[in-house]
Order: sequence, then C-alpha cells, then structure tokens
Amino acid sequence: MDGLVAYFTLIGFGPKGWGAALTSATLMTVAVSVSAFCVGIAFGTLGCWAKLSGSAVARGCATAYTTVLRGIPDLLVIYLLYFGGSQAIGSIARMFGHQGFFGLNGFVVGTFAVGIVSGAYETEVLRGAYQAIPKGELEAAEVAGMSRLLRLRRIVAPQTLRYALPGMGNVWQLVIKESALISVVGLVEIMNQTRIAVGSTGAAFTFYGTGAALFLLVTTVSGAVFRNAERWAMRGMPKGGGRRT
Amino acid sequence: MSKLASLAVAAIAVVALPFTGVVAKEWTTLRVATEGAFPPFNSQTPDGKVIGFEPDLLEVICERAQLKCETVIQEWKGIIPGLLAGKYDAIMSGMSVTPKRMEVIDFSVPYTNSPSTFAVMADNPLAKALGEDARVYLTDDAKAKAAAAIAIKALEGKTLAVQTATIQLDFAKTYLTGVKTRVYETTQEEDLDLKAGRVDAIFASGSSLVATLEQSQGKIVLAGPKFYDGLLGIGSAFGIMKGQPELKAKLDAAIKSTIEDGTVKKLALKWFHVDTTPRQ
Amino acid sequence: MIDFKFLSETFFALLEGIPVTITLVTTSVAIGGVLALGLTLLRRTSLVAEWLVSAYVFALRGSPLLVQIFLIYYGLGQVSIVRDSFLWPFLREPYWCAITALALNTAAYQAEVLRGGLNAVPIGALEAAKVCGMSRFTMLTRITLPIAIRQALPAYSSEVIIMVKATSLASIITLFEITGIAYSIVSETFRAFEALSVAGAIYLVMNYGLTTAFAALERKLTPKSLPIPTRPISVA
Repeated sequence: MDGLVAYFTLIGFGPKGWGAALTSATLMTVAVSVSAFCVGIAFGTLGCWAKLSGSAVARGCATAYTTVLRGIPDLLVIYLLYFGGSQAIGSIARMFGHQGFFGLNGFVVGTFAVGIVSGAYETEVLRGAYQAIPKGELEAAEVAGMSRLLRLRRIVAPQTLRYALPGMGNVWQLVIKESALISVVGLVEIMNQTRIAVGSTGAAFTFYGTGAALFLLVTTVSGAVFRNAERWAMRGMPKGGGRRT
Repeated sequence: MSKLASLAVAAIAVVALPFTGVVAKEWTTLRVATEGAFPPFNSQTPDGKVIGFEPDLLEVICERAQLKCETVIQEWKGIIPGLLAGKYDAIMSGMSVTPKRMEVIDFSVPYTNSPSTFAVMADNPLAKALGEDARVYLTDDAKAKAAAAIAIKALEGKTLAVQTATIQLDFAKTYLTGVKTRVYETTQEEDLDLKAGRVDAIFASGSSLVATLEQSQGKIVLAGPKFYDGLLGIGSAFGIMKGQPELKAKLDAAIKSTIEDGTVKKLALKWFHVDTTPRQ
Repeated sequence: MIDFKFLSETFFALLEGIPVTITLVTTSVAIGGVLALGLTLLRRTSLVAEWLVSAYVFALRGSPLLVQIFLIYYGLGQVSIVRDSFLWPFLREPYWCAITALALNTAAYQAEVLRGGLNAVPIGALEAAKVCGMSRFTMLTRITLPIAIRQALPAYSSEVIIMVKATSLASIITLFEITGIAYSIVSETFRAFEALSVAGAIYLVMNYGLTTAFAALERKLTPKSLPIPTRPISVA
C-alpha cells in the first residue's frame, strides 16, 4: 500500500510529482507523431507516384529511397538529418550570401526524420493499395468519359485510401514508436521525459514502466480510431474485405 | 488527390517555416546549449526548467554582456557536432577546455575548475585501495603515473564507469591502461549502475559527483586522489564556433567580472559546496 | 572536400563492430524464434493461454523497443529481488540485457508472423494428413510447420532486417556494436555526418545481402507448381 502511495506521489500532479510533465510529454508524442505521419503520407504519395510512373529515373529514385530508408537504422537517419540537415541548409544559405547559421529545432527535425522513414513504408502501402483497385473499374471510368483528374478524385484516391487503411494503421503504430527515438535530439516527449525523471529521482523501474504504459495507451487509443476508420471505409463492401473479383 | 496535395503543401510549409530566421552578426541574442542532465552544473526540474550552477551564472553573464540568452537542451555526445552544425551559438555544459576540442572550436576563459576523481560504494574496499585523497597535477608526470599505478592495481578485475566524450574518458584511456571501462551517455546512468553493482567505481568531475553523493544519502563516497591539469584541461568554459572574436571578447569580459566580484565563488559554494573559481 | 582518408579509417574501425552486431542479431532472433514457437503453440492450448499470449504480444508490440531496453537494463537493475536472483549474473551484463530485450521483443513479432503463416495452411492439406493416419506430432512437423514457415518467410525476412536495425539501440546501454563505435568516433573527431554516413552504408549493405539471401531461400522452398508468395508490406 505504501508503495502505491509513493508511486502516485511520484507520478501524480502534486508539487513533487511528474504528472504534469508526463502529460505534456504524452501530448508532445502525439503531436510529433501526427505531424510525422502527415509528412510520411506526403513522401509516400510522392514515392508511390514515382514507383508507378513510366519514367525509369523516377522509379529508380523511388526504389533507392525505399531501399535506403528501410535499410539503415532509424536512429542513424535522425542523427544524420539533425547534424547534416542544418549543415546543408547553412551552406546553401551562405551561397546566397546569408550570414550566420540556421537552426532547426528538435520538433522539426524529428517530424521530418520520422516522416521520411515512415514515408518509405507508406510508399509500399499506397502502391499495394493502388494495385488492388480492380482494373475494370478504371477502364469503366475511362469509357464513361471521365477525365484523368476526375478518375483520380472519384475512383483512384478513395479506393486507394480504402485499401491502404490497414497498412496505414501499421505505419501509424510504427511512427508512434519511432517518435521515442527523437528523444536523442532533445525533444521532450515521453521517452525523454522519463529519462529526465529517472535522472533526477533515480526511480528507473517506476518511470520506464510508466513510460511504456503511456506508449501503450497512445497506441491502443489510436489503434481503436484506425479500426473504426477502416470499418467506415469498408462500408458497403462484402464481408472479409479485400479485393472484389 | 487534392486532399493529399494540400497535406503535402502543409507538410512542406511546416518544414520550411523555421528556415527564415537568421542570426544577426551583431551579438544581441545568444542560443546556449546545455545537457540538462549534469547536476549540479545543469539539470531539469519536472516542469522543464534548467537549474544549477550554470543557469544561475549564465543569467548574470548575459545581463553583463547585454545578451538575450536562450537555452537549448542537447544531449552530451552531440553537443560539439551540434555547435559545428550551427544549432546554437555557444555551449555551456560543464565542458572543459582541452587541446583536442580547441582544434575544432574556440573557448572563452574558464568560469569554473574542478578536479576529476573516483566515486565508489561506501562499503566497498576500493574506497581505501584507490589511494590517498591528495591533489595530483598531471603536469608532474612522475607523480601522476605513480597515482595512476595505484588506481590500476586497485581496479584490477573491476569495471570503471566514465561518461562518453569527456576528459575523464581520455584520462582513463591514457593513464588507466588495462582497466575495464564502460562508457555511459549520462552521469546519472553511471550512478544507477554503480548502485546496481554493474560497475565498481565512477571516474568523473568532482563537482558533478557532488550531486551523486547527495542523492545517494551517504551510500556513495569519493575515493582516491584528485587529478588536475594536463589533458584534464584548465576548467570549464563556453565553447563557441571558431572565428568569432567579438563573441569571445564579450563572454570573456563578462566571465572575468563575475570572477572578480565573487559571483562565481558565491554560486560555486551554493551548488558545489566548495570554491571552484579557476586560477587567473 | 570529401576526406577519403577519414572515411576509410572510419570504415575499418566500424568493421570491428560487425561481429557484435551479427551475434546480437543471430542470438536474439534464435532465442526469439524459439519463444515465438512456444507462444504460438501455447496460444492453441486454452482460452486463458490465448489471452495471456495476446496480452504479451500487445504489450511488446505497442511500446517502443528503446523503452523496453531501458526498462530491462536500468529498471530491473534497480529491483533488489532481481539483483539477488540467479538471473543477475546475466542481467548484470549489458550484452545479455540487450539480448533479453531484443529477444523478448522479436518473439512478439515473430509470434504474429507465425500465426499468419499457420492461418495460411490449407485445411485440405491437414485433412489429407489426418486421413493418411499421421499423428498430431508428425502432422505438426511434416505438414503444418513446413507450410507455415514457408508462407511466413517474407514477413520473417522483414523481421530479421528490422532486428539488424534494432541492434543499433544497444549502443545506448554501453555496447560497442557498429553504431556504438560510430558514436565514439563522433565524440573523438566531432565529425558526426561523415562517421554516421559510413555506419549507415554498412547497415545498408548488410540488409541488402540479407534481403537477397532470403529471396533466394524463398524461391528454393517454393515448389515450382506454387506461385511465389507475394511480399507483404513490412512494417515494424
């Protein structure tokens, strides 16, 4: 019982408690994950378009992108962007005669890094989804006289999204977990906050355990949201989902 | 597709936004990096505030140098690469002036100087075996090697904790040859592993060990001699990019005034419980 | 502009980390594989067991590996019951803590991969085996597992590659594998970008080799009459 009281004092909202800090850290994890997920969708869309395009150069670039980003540890990607990113931007700026340095804050670098990594997975998800669209529907739309843009808006985009949702749910889970790595560039999200708390209290088991539980909370709640979205997207489809033949 | 396109535009905008700010050449603002995990030099409170000897001193220095200072948290091993990459303008994080670091960055004059020494569990025989509590200057090579030899013998078959990218690691590599060392990211993780019994001793800055001792409530004690000078440097100073004499002059003048009027001594006594004012 | 001397020195220094990375991967994937098999078989015994295994898989897949590593290394080291137990000689060492964390983590993912493979075993094949009079055990070793493993191979190859990448986290608990050595070079030379790029290239080559090897294995194990299983989207 004493242990429980001690635990709740430590993670509670009292003057000696880390409750407020952990709450804002959790919000930070959600914020950086959502932004990174959006950046990932942007990169994924671009990558998917390139992989499906007729241009061999575009296909080559997209393949290189997915191979490299899926082949090197994400921790390294984050570090490379963190240290390399400002260097590159700084030297470009100096070429145009700017003085001084450009700073990138942890949030932007983290969002960008996790976005780029998840974009590589997103590329494959979107490509698989696009290819799952029955060819007949595309042909029918073309015969019905729809323009390219109209086909994209009415047939391709909604269907791709529908088939991609389960895969995107997986990528979302990946993004949340990757966000823990951003702690290395100083962003105070769940992982970093628990590390700070362990440093100042010495209660390693308590705080790392709590950190793990907070991540589980985020993944579970958002997982439920994704499942609902999937159900909504699959409305009117035959049970068992997937491809119509 | 239009939805996706607008998302992409929004994402690019988010990424591009912070690129617009350029630091003025005349120093009116200063971004200062700190580890925030090196008590009592610098550490973070639950509400994210950085406290310690350095934030207190920084406040006075910035006021005297007429700078608007902003603190950036940066984990330790990336702190110099971060400066080189232009993430901030200066480092104030218990960083000692060493010849190796001076090859890549410039330093202000030091604002504190403390020796490096060992910490062990109070009930460990190592507390005695590491040698006497005496001042050893690495400039006196014979004496330094003799002290190191005693430590090497005491640490035979034991594991020593040192923090990554520190002068203490350089010391261990140069003087404590043959001792099994384990390299940690933060000093707090060294403390955890000393208490867990994964390592038998810590070699660190005496000032930072003050926090370790306080937190352990008597279970951890200092041991062995206190090492000064040589590759251990001449004290902690601001690290800045090379080729910025205006900034260096500004910081130097402010630091000297805080040393002369006793501000450094006052803050050192408050945080380290000993006067660590560097020799002029 | 590009300092080739530094790059080659870094490259040779990093080569020394490859054996550590490889032993970390092979040991943890092997232990994790055995655990996953155990979990998968356990899952089929009772409802309670199914529930427990699902909870395990959920917890390990739902939280970041980094947190799990910290929890096992610093968290368990703090608990005196653990320190007094027979496990301490193992958990005292960062190496075995890394193996434990990686193995427990990959076991959860591999269990899901195996479950997917088992679900793909055609009922007809099992019925045929039963009719032939095979015992439950023979059926498991001769029919179910070979088919399930073959089906699971693409997902399994992704999992191994993810583990290779995951070992880089071991550097955080003082291990000197490729990333750990790269960091120590960064801290000595302050040249983060170059050193980390070389490390990235080494990982890339290792993973490319693994992908190719798994693809070859897949082709070998798939009978000519069957279509090559489609590669699923690999996500950690």
